[in-house]
Amino acid sequence: MRAAWLLVAVLRDPALAERLEARDWTALLTAARAERLIGTLAGKLDGLPVPEDVAAILADARADALRDRQQALWEIDRAMAALAPLECPVVLLKGSAFVAAGLLAGQGRAIGDLDILVPRDRLDAVEAALLAAGWEWVKPDPYDDAYYRRWMHELPPLIHVERDRMIDVHHTILPLTARRRPDAAGLIAQAVDLPRSGDGISPVRVLRVEEMLCHAAAHLLADGDLTGGLRNLWDIHCLIMEHREAPGFWEALAARAAHHDLTGPVRRAARLSARIFGTDITRSWRQSRFTDSLFAARLTCRTGWGTESRPLLRQGFYIRSHLLRMPPLMLARHLWTKWRKGYRPAG
Amino acid sequence: MRHEIALGIGPVVFRVGSAWPEPVRQLAALYAAYPPVDPARRVPDFTVRLQPTRPWRRLIRPSVFVAGDHWLPDAAPMALAHGLLAAEMGMNLQMALGWRRHVLLHASCVEKEGRAIVITGESGSGKSTLAALLGERGWRLMGDEFALLDPASGAVFGFPRLISLKNEAIDVATAGIDPRRLGPRLEGTAKGTIRHLVPAADAIARMAEPAEPALLLMPRFGFAAAQRPVESGEAFMRLTEASTNYVALGEAGFRALTRFVRHVPAVALDYLDSATALDQVDALWSGLA
Repeated sequence: MRAAWLLVAVLRDPALAERLEARDWTALLTAARAERLIGTLAGKLDGLPVPEDVAAILADARADALRDRQQALWEIDRAMAALAPLECPVVLLKGSAFVAAGLLAGQGRAIGDLDILVPRDRLDAVEAALLAAGWEWVKPDPYDDAYYRRWMHELPPLIHVERDRMIDVHHTILPLTARRRPDAAGLIAQAVDLPRSGDGISPVRVLRVEEMLCHAAAHLLADGDLTGGLRNLWDIHCLIMEHREAPGFWEALAARAAHHDLTGPVRRAARLSARIFGTDITRSWRQSRFTDSLFAARLTCRTGWGTESRPLLRQGFYIRSHLLRMPPLMLARHLWTKWRKGYRPAG
Repeated sequence: MRHEIALGIGPVVFRVGSAWPEPVRQLAALYAAYPPVDPARRVPDFTVRLQPTRPWRRLIRPSVFVAGDHWLPDAAPMALAHGLLAAEMGMNLQMALGWRRHVLLHASCVEKEGRAIVITGESGSGKSTLAALLGERGWRLMGDEFALLDPASGAVFGFPRLISLKNEAIDVATAGIDPRRLGPRLEGTAKGTIRHLVPAADAIARMAEPAEPALLLMPRFGFAAAQRPVESGEAFMRLTEASTNYVALGEAGFRALTRFVRHVPAVALDYLDSATALDQVDALWSGLA
């Protein structure tokens, strides 16, 4: 069995782990690390009997996940403190949002950067406030900087000078060059406040769960080549499993997906989640498309060495990601500029 | 991965996979004296991969990219002739980025009668050379790259992988050593010429034995012989800088280092040549009650 499928199988049914032999464990743990799902896996296996050497690795992973969580919450706190005087709506995205909202998707999750969403017309003020509070530019290249500002859905990444942590300031959830145009103002307007202790800092906001799913699906399927996508799909699985029984959930999800022009990606994400993680999705969404199997194959090509197999399929998705992100002529111009500057795509 | 070897060094087991046979063959030869690891029984703590930068670079102008469980995306690829160095760097990198069971000190370490000298300093300070020399002169070498400080007991554990000797230190530290204990001379690496030395037999046989830290040494090569005691506050700061996982360990790391600097005297040691340095260390050691 390919290691990615072993990882999927154990995440779905942790009891399977009791039958694994050393070589299976090696493949499983390596694949889980490569997919950044080791913390999630370690959480799922907590309390189950595992070999001693494996137990030590899983204990480390749990400790790292706890620290990630603590660090993510602190970054949120610092960013909110820096932005509080602006009285501008700030919405947490992705891992930070899952952790702050105490969602299942946040359990054991690796969290790298802090991602926030703010109104586009407040970007300058947000940027100035962050720079004043100790964040600084990562990208020194003027072309990159200009490209980000003109075409991307976020500012060029900023890093905090003391804490060495990155913040991505989004004004929408897909690049402006992409065909699909989600309603960023709508995302912000519908965001919900999380309860917070009375420390004088403005409340933390997260997207409505339907819109978290829209964002996760857009991120997974409409932006990028699906490298490391298994973790994003796990987020989707958790979000659905935790909310699927709420009254009107599926109707609301369908409505918000349609509103953001993301019906295709959201439905496909749900189908892939059902296909790979066994997510319980509503009956009317189950009719699979032929191309789903290509996506599933792409998401599960991780080997027991942590590398990815299926080079041709990956190449196809790599090309697809660029075609989704920008029109061909613009892509050609972009690559030409990058190439002249000595940039070569990493292999 | 086409070629594979499992290596146990101190408490850590690595699995090294390579697209080429040479690095694995060299590792197998140099680690022949280490206790064998059976991958069917022991799950490795870390995976290291030596892979081509592009598929065709396995055969045409081979170029080794070091990756693994934890890796740095902007690490420069290396020539296949330096494959052994790539593997060693890969193992160090896994430790530096991923090990959580001890406070990892970028230090060399030697032991006598259950007590250890931990030697820390920047690259070029001479800590590898000093440890290699002491390791051939009645001390047990516990490692030349990392000392592992146990947060629970305060003991140090060894990590005696191959000793990496650089440039002028190669001839100084390998004089009179059985050539079978030496790896190939790797010329033109990012750090100049490098040659690996297999630790002495007792260092390998006793690599699982911890020791009680008794002296913290901060050498500086290239200065007239001198020494001064280092206050615990300064030692603490130096150790946090020398630790790759101090921040990641949080409170456990703070407690371990606090205890270390309270109990272990620290000395800054300047030296010009190895003979004087060895005498200085001997004098310091016999001065410890």
